[in-house]
Amino acid sequence: MTQVENGHPDRAPGRDGRRRRRRAEQLMVPDAEFTSYYGRPVIKEPAWGVPDVPGYLFLGGLAGASSVLAAGAELSGYGELARVAKVSALGAISLSAVALVHDLGRPERFVNMLRVFKPSSPMSVGSWLLSAYGPAAGAAAVSDLTGILPAAGKTATVGAALLGPAIATYTAALICDTAVPGWHEGHREMPYLFASSASCAAAGLGLLTLPTAAARPARTLATLGAPAELVAKRLLLRRLGDIAEPYETGRPGQLLRAAELLTVGGLAGAVLGRRNRAVSALAGASLLAASALTRFGVFEAGMATARDPKYTIIPQRRRRDHGE
Amino acid sequence: MSADPAGRAGYLDHPPRMGFFTDTSICIGCKACEVACKEWNAVPEDGLSLSGMSYDNTVGLGASTWRHVAFIEQPVTAVADAAEGVRWLMASDVCKHCTESACLDVCPTGALFRTEFGTVVVQDDVCNGCGYCVGACPFGVIARREEDGQAHKCTLCYDRLGAGMEPACAKACPTESIQFGPLDELRERAALRVADLRAAGQDQAQLYLDDPDDGIGGGGAFFLLLDEPEVYGLPPDPVVTTRDLPSIWKHVGLAAAGLAATGIALGLGRRK
Repeated sequence: MTQVENGHPDRAPGRDGRRRRRRAEQLMVPDAEFTSYYGRPVIKEPAWGVPDVPGYLFLGGLAGASSVLAAGAELSGYGELARVAKVSALGAISLSAVALVHDLGRPERFVNMLRVFKPSSPMSVGSWLLSAYGPAAGAAAVSDLTGILPAAGKTATVGAALLGPAIATYTAALICDTAVPGWHEGHREMPYLFASSASCAAAGLGLLTLPTAAARPARTLATLGAPAELVAKRLLLRRLGDIAEPYETGRPGQLLRAAELLTVGGLAGAVLGRRNRAVSALAGASLLAASALTRFGVFEAGMATARDPKYTIIPQRRRRDHGE
Repeated sequence: MSADPAGRAGYLDHPPRMGFFTDTSICIGCKACEVACKEWNAVPEDGLSLSGMSYDNTVGLGASTWRHVAFIEQPVTAVADAAEGVRWLMASDVCKHCTESACLDVCPTGALFRTEFGTVVVQDDVCNGCGYCVGACPFGVIARREEDGQAHKCTLCYDRLGAGMEPACAKACPTESIQFGPLDELRERAALRVADLRAAGQDQAQLYLDDPDDGIGGGGAFFLLLDEPEVYGLPPDPVVTTRDLPSIWKHVGLAAAGLAATGIALGLGRRK
């Protein structure tokens, strides 16, 4: 998936060009106006790899929402949950940093991210957010586990909770601030989908790892996050209209349908399994998996809209010719 | 948006904005531009196979293809003095050096920058290969080269411009299909040319990216086309993605605030 240059795989076989053209012609059926250059994509797929980048979208969400959950749990007297959430935030953000650096074409130059601060680049904003959030999440977890410097640990917990929501949602800006139709056109809904999906992941981890009585705030978060995620996804698909096709068909469609089933199941388990450890744990695992599948599904659906020129050309023609 | 991107980038005293006007109506598909670009810029080979797409075996712009000649064969029915047959369109594509450049806006390292000529260039020693510019470009121009992991594209021969020379592709073009010069002059010349072609019966002749009020603030490289842009593989109505950034950040902010408020609500509870 990191192959972005017009290199050999795309250009090697002549039959590939014809196959693509034939496919484009079939897709022309609903709109006779649609033509393309041999079925070639107009834009390039982002040079982002799987699982690095969708994995990062998931892990960043898990980390950010876990820090929020940790602070909420600590304030309301759920120390075990706070500790689990802090450790999960540190683990997730560490893994996500590895994924981000690994995805760079020149990983040894990752510090170049901090040469400048550019609000016009969500990746720049994200790099600065991460460099503030990472140490805070780390200090919060280490202080909680070791008991060292409790006051500083508390400050770090609050700091991570303040930055956490930004970490969980800025990734929506990251993918929407591109020419990829399936992401860009959904920029009004994507941040809410990401925030609620992140909440489900953090809540899911709490439900999975702790006895029911100790995980109450996680259960509350799940009952808020899961319905919000289902609604946000509906709104996103409605906004995308024709461009929503890859979200509902093919592999990304399968991933997102599985995510939806797991979200519904996880929500039901979280609500009904209030006193049953096994049901709660299963619900937690479902929500965690649903969040990961949602991010992989959104990522792959967007990539599919970049690969097929109809998603770029038809909406642009409509906008230009009919002012829509 | 200011038509002076160099001034907007902070150059106090700078040369006029330079650009390309590619008049595809006189392109003969010789690919001298492709070759001259490769030679001058030492761009590596990136595939020597046949595509089955007319005479186009270059296929598209990429990290190692900074000029690309498109070939389109269109069946035409007999009209007036013209016989039935094939109309052969040829067009040399290149980086548009947008007035509002998405690649430059989203670059997190500052590797992409605006030159004093108003063009957009990647600094090889800064780019860390994050790939953000690749998905941001509405034309699919910039790409990451597998060999070095970095993003590359047309520099409008920044080195030659600095020495008062024209870019290699324009220099090599035998028909002056690729014209180089101050953008203002090119726009005047292009307006006259398209009027002539239309008067001569070329109803579909149109300028593409010449308008400073379009979705990218106008191209530093613009084109005269003989059919709709998408026929040549160009987007019909490109809009720089960062125009929507205020809306994007607003919704991110609201979503983050919602998540924070949820956390506060959780914190207000008391353990039973």
